[in-house]
Amino acid sequence: MLAFTIRRTFQSVVVLLVVGLVAFSMFRFVGDPVDNMLGQERTGADIERLRTQLGLDQPFPVQYFKFLRGAVQGNFGVSYRQGRAVSGIIAERLPATLELAAVSAILAVVFGFGLGVFTAIRRDGWAANTIMTLSLVGVSLPTFLIGILLIYLFSVELNWLPSFGRGDVVDLGWWRTGLLTESGLKALILPAITLGLYQMTLIMRLVRSEMLEVLRQDYIRFARARGLKERVVHFRHALKNTLIPVITVTGLQLGSIIAFAIITETVFQWPGVGLLFINSIQFVDIPIMAAYLMLISVMFVGINLVVDLLYFAIDPRLHVGSSGVKG
Amino acid sequence: MTQAPVPQSAITRAWESDFMWSFRHSPVAIVSFVVAATLIFAAIFAPLIAPHTPFEPGTLNLMNGFSKPMEANEFTGETFVLGTDDQGRDVISTILYGMRISLFVGFAAVTFAMVLGVTLGLVAGYAGGWTGTIIMRIADVQLTFPGILVAMLIFGIAKGITPIHLRDQMAIWVLILAIGLSEWVQFARVVRGATLVERNKEYVQAARLNGRRPLGIMLRHILPNVLGPVLVIATISLALAIIAEATLSFLGVGAPPTQPSLGTLIRIGQGFLFSGEWWIILFPSITLLALALSVNLLGDWLRDVLNPKLR
Repeated sequence: MLAFTIRRTFQSVVVLLVVGLVAFSMFRFVGDPVDNMLGQERTGADIERLRTQLGLDQPFPVQYFKFLRGAVQGNFGVSYRQGRAVSGIIAERLPATLELAAVSAILAVVFGFGLGVFTAIRRDGWAANTIMTLSLVGVSLPTFLIGILLIYLFSVELNWLPSFGRGDVVDLGWWRTGLLTESGLKALILPAITLGLYQMTLIMRLVRSEMLEVLRQDYIRFARARGLKERVVHFRHALKNTLIPVITVTGLQLGSIIAFAIITETVFQWPGVGLLFINSIQFVDIPIMAAYLMLISVMFVGINLVVDLLYFAIDPRLHVGSSGVKG
Repeated sequence: MTQAPVPQSAITRAWESDFMWSFRHSPVAIVSFVVAATLIFAAIFAPLIAPHTPFEPGTLNLMNGFSKPMEANEFTGETFVLGTDDQGRDVISTILYGMRISLFVGFAAVTFAMVLGVTLGLVAGYAGGWTGTIIMRIADVQLTFPGILVAMLIFGIAKGITPIHLRDQMAIWVLILAIGLSEWVQFARVVRGATLVERNKEYVQAARLNGRRPLGIMLRHILPNVLGPVLVIATISLALAIIAEATLSFLGVGAPPTQPSLGTLIRIGQGFLFSGEWWIILFPSITLLALALSVNLLGDWLRDVLNPKLR
């Protein structure tokens, strides 16, 4: 376990260093930082001074090391467009994205599991068939179309829910939350459904197929032969063994929820880091792009690492030896 | 099992092959093939089919703006089957031209991803060693992140590198580069896997003993034998690329308004959702869905036919 943990952590650090190199190269080579920071009226002396001040006259590895040190301390320089520290802008926007992602993830996991188990048990019922057909549509619809469809139904036609923004927020000092006001909660409903729907259908289809696979196995037949109630067979015996692959995939999906939040946030003009990222691409605001890249990589790599370690911890077959382990 | 030596033309043989048999017996495959082929055909011949030329400002009449579908315009009396947008552009024509751009970007991006991925996959599988390790490590790192995020990032970087006055002209090519680079990993992984298997078979050893060079072996002997899965991935990638293109353009980091793709049209249409002009957004969305869904279903069917093991 220890060797595995160390090796896996080491790999994650290497990935982060590579991403850091990409982010740094963007910062350094896409456009000239000096050009972007000085105005029209500048002298050769100004340029030289800023180059020294930013450390651009130092060798590449030294600059890269300094960039990494800054990144670890949360220092990503100054936004070209807004002229403020990138770390401040991101810290201001992050709560909105995290709240949206968390609520979507909960929706996706709860409904994904519930519907997955339901459609597996009532395999041929009309309700299960309807859900499966609908889920096919859910998988093929692009996220932004789902968002537009929901806006059209619930904002334009029915006028029940707001179509953009976050509603009123409560300032907790270091975290501005929309979860404590009525308008904030109302504004959260449509974006959360849009973001969670795709992951929900994925989880649901996975739970269903794993569950059907398990229900075919011998020990389930023996459990039934012993006269156990269907409920006990389904939930105590079958569900338990479907959990391992499902937890892995669900964990990995959490990362994509944060990435796909970019799309949802743009559709609903949700003031989070995803919208910030899209705007930074439109205006080629490299420091924000680089900082977002680092932030999301840390989240992704972190989630992947935790999922892998958890997988190792909960699956006893992996401890026996590396041979005979399936995929 | 009739083995009568009836002389058959190539067409009859092809029609009787397993491949065509399973095509003829799959309603889903037939319907999606017809839909996809019709849309692709319509896109290619858009200049001949489209009733108007939507991107030549001289031919537009602002008075035709916001015409409802199938109704005569209240000022000019002209009728547009699917209505017009704010500038009086016929929606059918914008969709046909938009689909051209969507499909062009989709096909070009998949071709690029395929060439890159297959080449790197062959090299990684056949040569192995350090080269192979480095290629597959890069693939692993990239696979950690969703394709759409990678594409956005590449788009942003490429946009930063291109000079400002060229940005709109280059946008389509930048888009192709971004989507292509975000999808090569699938090709490389599958081709590498298949190459590792093929490499040790007798025919490759025989070719090697014959003194063929590695490049020749890879291209003439191994490549034809790994093409089946490549075709499947290419079809599924095409559907993904079309959706990725639409998503990027919808988010405003793709095709510019001067060369709108389906995604750009949906982005434009979203602005009129609240004022009741639903047709400007509805018809491009339906077209996008039909295109992506039909290609996707075709890919699923191909996967089942060509390689039942590929899950």
